[in-house]
Amino acid sequence: MTAAPVASREAVLETRGLTKAFGGLVAVNAVSLRFLERQPHAIIGPNGAGKSTLVNLLTAHMRPSEGQILCRGVDITRLPAHKMPGLGIGRSYQKTNVFPSFSCFENVRLAAQSRLSTSMRFFRPASSLRDTNAHADEALELCGLSARRHRVAGTMSYGEQRQLEIGMVLATAPQILVLDEPLAGMGVEESELMVALLKDLARRYTLILIEHDMDAVFSIAEVLTVMVNGTMLESGPVEQVRASQAVQDAYLGDGGEVF
Amino acid sequence: MIRLPRSIALPLLALVVLLALFPAYGPLLFPAKHAFLMQKLAGIMILAMLAMSLDLLVGVTGLVSLAHAAFFGLGGYGLALLSPEYEAANLWLVLPATLAGVAAASAVVGWLSIRTSGIYFIMVTLAFGQMGFYLFNDSKGAGGSDGMYIMVTPSLEIAGTALLRLSDKMTFYYVVLALFVGVYFGLRMLLASPFGRVVAAIGVNENRVRGLGFDPDRYKLVAFVIGCTVAGLAGFLAAMQYGFVNPSMLSWHHSGEALVMVILGGMGTLFGPALGAFVFELARYGLESMTEHWLAAMGVFVIVVVLALPKGIAGLLLRLARPRDEGDGS
Ligand SMILES: Nc1ncnc2c1ncn2[C@@H]1O[C@H](COP(=O)(O)OP(=O)(O)OP(=O)(O)O)[C@@H](O)[C@H]1O
Ligand SMILES: [Mg+2]
Repeated sequence: MTAAPVASREAVLETRGLTKAFGGLVAVNAVSLRFLERQPHAIIGPNGAGKSTLVNLLTAHMRPSEGQILCRGVDITRLPAHKMPGLGIGRSYQKTNVFPSFSCFENVRLAAQSRLSTSMRFFRPASSLRDTNAHADEALELCGLSARRHRVAGTMSYGEQRQLEIGMVLATAPQILVLDEPLAGMGVEESELMVALLKDLARRYTLILIEHDMDAVFSIAEVLTVMVNGTMLESGPVEQVRASQAVQDAYLGDGGEVF
Repeated sequence: MIRLPRSIALPLLALVVLLALFPAYGPLLFPAKHAFLMQKLAGIMILAMLAMSLDLLVGVTGLVSLAHAAFFGLGGYGLALLSPEYEAANLWLVLPATLAGVAAASAVVGWLSIRTSGIYFIMVTLAFGQMGFYLFNDSKGAGGSDGMYIMVTPSLEIAGTALLRLSDKMTFYYVVLALFVGVYFGLRMLLASPFGRVVAAIGVNENRVRGLGFDPDRYKLVAFVIGCTVAGLAGFLAAMQYGFVNPSMLSWHHSGEALVMVILGGMGTLFGPALGAFVFELARYGLESMTEHWLAAMGVFVIVVVLALPKGIAGLLLRLARPRDEGDGS
């Protein structure tokens, strides 16, 4: 699949002049981006560039200081975070954020419950919700944790908890997946599995991927955005951005061949 | 942790059977004190209901409320205020009306407090609790600081025939036992429900729950109302048992004691806080009869138990039941 001309495809998610300041520190500075339907989009940048802050803004985990966010043309800037999964926007966290005392399956089942019209159901056990259980099992299958179904999440390996993190987002039935460094801290083997999964997800969802691992980024993304110090340095088709002099200079520092 | 390990469930069942048979063996073991002990046990079961309902807030949802006794007291005053002076109140009317009142009051208090969190939630609920205390303490209509008597025990009738004679001590004992067991299983069912899973997750990581698409405030409010209403039921039973209510039922000291029962027993486990109520009350009873400095002794006892068992009695039992938690099995 090649990237169609940017303007001709509908943006499922769009930011306009998005800015977030923490006191004097401008973590995200006037970022305008368009994320197109099923076009895998990676955002890279050095530590502290503002990538996670951008994710937090996109998923309403933080309020922007300025600017707008649109989902399929509708302004969602002021919506609370709990409305995001309902709009099809799901996210994972850079720092593993699973429920350690719940079993692996309970974690994804809770996530899958968000598909119900309401979880204000008091009498029958959650284990009797057929569809929810099926969705949860599907998500476990996808993230490769079916064999760990009954494990208490907190006792699983770090890599498995990262997988579970992805499984939980998938269980919410997202259309837009915003993943914050899914490969962070994973071993080589675990990474390979995860990259394969991400490629698969990129075909089925609109994937927005924050990642430091360049090999992974180049094998998955079609569009690449480079952030430095809160500002967008460059954004466009991967090859074009890769060749950009500004990116070479600013991001690669003293001529180091990172790409 | 939906299902208890057998090695815990069976001893708990045995304890309930012991409670159920007490009216049979009590007179043989304690001929002089039997009636007193039966009343004591019923009183402890009522406090255990209070502790379990507080566990739903503190241990499960993460809402450390110091207003809990206020709803317990409100349940008691509900009965006292709705009872006619010289005849029996109709339980069919008085109980639902009282519980509806407690639920409504807790919805208002919860709605106003849940927007705060952490230490501020504790302070706001403390303030609401004390408002409740002074409301009754200073009101002429409710007997002020002297409290009120309930002269005649309410009756439970269908078409003029009494279903249960609640003024009979043994009948009342079994009613309390049934409700105690019922509250435990009711709360367990609640925790296993879709609602319960969300609420338990909020207690672990509220922001993550929000990120998954649930509005934590709504779930916390409903949990708060359910917990407070169960506390109201416990207070209603306490008022029925003693035939008397006074403002100290609502005071924050009483909330604090319930909190100690929850922590002593093991937060978030339901059966732990119920055990905590028994241990706390029996320790109090034992120390009270041994020394006049029992309050200090009680303090030492609580500190020792909490230091020795950071996850409470239930934490110890669960550790013994599953010596090394490798996580497998549910
Ligand atoms: N809640 C916050 N309050 C104050 N400053 C913050 C907050 N969150 C992030 N920052 C600051 O904003 C800047 C951007 O942080 P952010 O976490 O978005 O970077 P990042 O690109 O995700 O970095 P990394 O690659 O290390 O994850 C940093 O200087 C950080 O210290
Ligand atoms: Mg980051």
